[in-house]
Amino acid sequence: MADLDTSQKPATGAMGGAGHTYESVTDKISDIVLTRKTSKSWILGFGLAFAFFMVFLYASTYLLARGVGIWGINVPIGWGFDIVNFVWWIGIGHAGTLISAILLLLKQQWRTSINRFAEAMTLFAVACAGVYPLLHMGRPWFAYWMLPLPNTLGIWPQFRSPLVWDLFAVSTYATVSLLFWYVGLIPDVATMRDRSKGRVAQLFYGLLAMGWRGSARHWQRYETAYLLLAGLSTPLVLSVHTIVSLDFAAGIIPGWHTTIFPPYFVAGAVYSGFAMVLVLMIPIRRIYKLEDYVTPRHLDTMSKVMLASGLIVAYGYLMEIFYAWYSATSYEQYMVENRFSGPYALLYWALILANVVIPQTLWMKRVRTSTFALFLVALVINVGMWLERFIIIVTSLHRDYLPASWDMYYPTVWDWATYVGTIGLFFSLLFIFVRLLPMISIFEMRSILPKQDGK
Amino acid sequence: MSTPPSLYGLLAEFETPDALAEAARKVREAGYRKVDAYSPFPIEEVIEALHFHERKLPILVFIGGLVGCAIGFGMQYYAAVVSYPVNVGGRPLNSWPAFVPVAFELTILVAALCAVFGMLLMNGLPMPYHPLFNNPKFSLASSHGFFLSIESSDPLFSRATTEEFLNGLRPKEVTEIEA
Repeated sequence: MADLDTSQKPATGAMGGAGHTYESVTDKISDIVLTRKTSKSWILGFGLAFAFFMVFLYASTYLLARGVGIWGINVPIGWGFDIVNFVWWIGIGHAGTLISAILLLLKQQWRTSINRFAEAMTLFAVACAGVYPLLHMGRPWFAYWMLPLPNTLGIWPQFRSPLVWDLFAVSTYATVSLLFWYVGLIPDVATMRDRSKGRVAQLFYGLLAMGWRGSARHWQRYETAYLLLAGLSTPLVLSVHTIVSLDFAAGIIPGWHTTIFPPYFVAGAVYSGFAMVLVLMIPIRRIYKLEDYVTPRHLDTMSKVMLASGLIVAYGYLMEIFYAWYSATSYEQYMVENRFSGPYALLYWALILANVVIPQTLWMKRVRTSTFALFLVALVINVGMWLERFIIIVTSLHRDYLPASWDMYYPTVWDWATYVGTIGLFFSLLFIFVRLLPMISIFEMRSILPKQDGK
Repeated sequence: MSTPPSLYGLLAEFETPDALAEAARKVREAGYRKVDAYSPFPIEEVIEALHFHERKLPILVFIGGLVGCAIGFGMQYYAAVVSYPVNVGGRPLNSWPAFVPVAFELTILVAALCAVFGMLLMNGLPMPYHPLFNNPKFSLASSHGFFLSIESSDPLFSRATTEEFLNGLRPKEVTEIEA
């Protein structure tokens, strides 16, 4: 029997887990992994994603054999799809950290239903992002040259370069995200260990759980560590996209050299990340019947965050135009003119449509509560954010100062193959994740349930 | 009957988090110290009742952060000023604002590593074997069981009186934990 004490507002129900007990929460979430048979649609989905991952392996093998000349990049546009996709993926990742860390510090209980999944998404998105700078080097086997390692030449990485900052930021981000995710998983894999029947499963979860037994002494340190990690991740996630934006802002290319870039990039990251969480979560809650946990209220709240960050991004677009005019620099002004009516104008206006115009429908409650409409809007935003990075990188580079050095950038089939390949990698990892690990944090779900008398 | 050497302790199961917290308070009041509680999620009242609050981990993380920052900044200073100074138009070699991002990232990295591995080490994890896992009931501690254990190494422990005491706390069941 549920005994709602007054400190636990009835609204808790709307935050997920309404009408559930400690036991039924455990059963529901762990059974998705432990007792549910591998469905045909899972095999089909994973197979499809894995096939795309094979495309990625094929494309990168060919790249390593032939060099980056197989891509569409050329001399003015040295950063093509690789950096576009790098920024796109890493931005998507940011929503996971925002949900798990910042919302934890702000005591937003609704995060509990989605934080595990969003963190996994972060990890996989960062893995996809990390691939691009490596491949873009052309000779990835020398990637270690970026590290401050002793060498016979006695030289060091250029610590004054944002590209080196980026290396430190992204690798720290990947490490801390992995730790955060794993620490959150420990009590839940202990649950899986205790509930699994097969020897292989017991060993697998047992190894991951490291002998967790839910001791109060352990919980106390665990909670401290988790809170500290959240506190550390919060400035970290802001720093990562700030540094990514400095890759551009520290350059003197028209359209890049502005101070609006760091906040505008961070907001864009949150924007695309929440859109990706929605794109993934809407079908998954349906397929795995998790509507009790990921409620309409979650979708509503996420769309509000999306709307708010989208407005900051729109402000960023506006400031780019204002800055070009206010700078009184003909190069900056031409950059805006070129975006409005140059060869990539179609993509620019598509970006404005996708990122500024269409998301305004989120003001309407009908859109926020309709899963189908919300799914479409989130999908459009993901495309829009990809276009944004394309526009920022390509239109600024392709016509900078000297008209003699202007050129066009056309992605080749290998650019596209690498891109869809990383989407395959991302979805392959997600499919494996939902099959092997609890996709909702069981122990956090239990702790937000109203206190129960009996069970 | 004296305590058999193969007994790790006694385990009492409770129905609710509140009952566990109540029992933890009484056990502590009765003077038992080798006590621990096990629950499927953290319960503040239980941690409170058993006086388990300790402050070492935040200090460790703070020191880790300082060390990370020192390593990050020190490395860049050494590279730019001592090991490979490059005079770029007379600009200062110690261009510290440019060294902030890497120093910051390493601060976070080392602090986070300290938080996670410090927590694991202080908790004595990984520990694949523990006597508690011998108790078949104990698997509920990761789902919906609330347990309290008193170890036989506690000076006040005696097989009979401790069991009687635990039974007085109105548990669901009291069982032995084999060592």
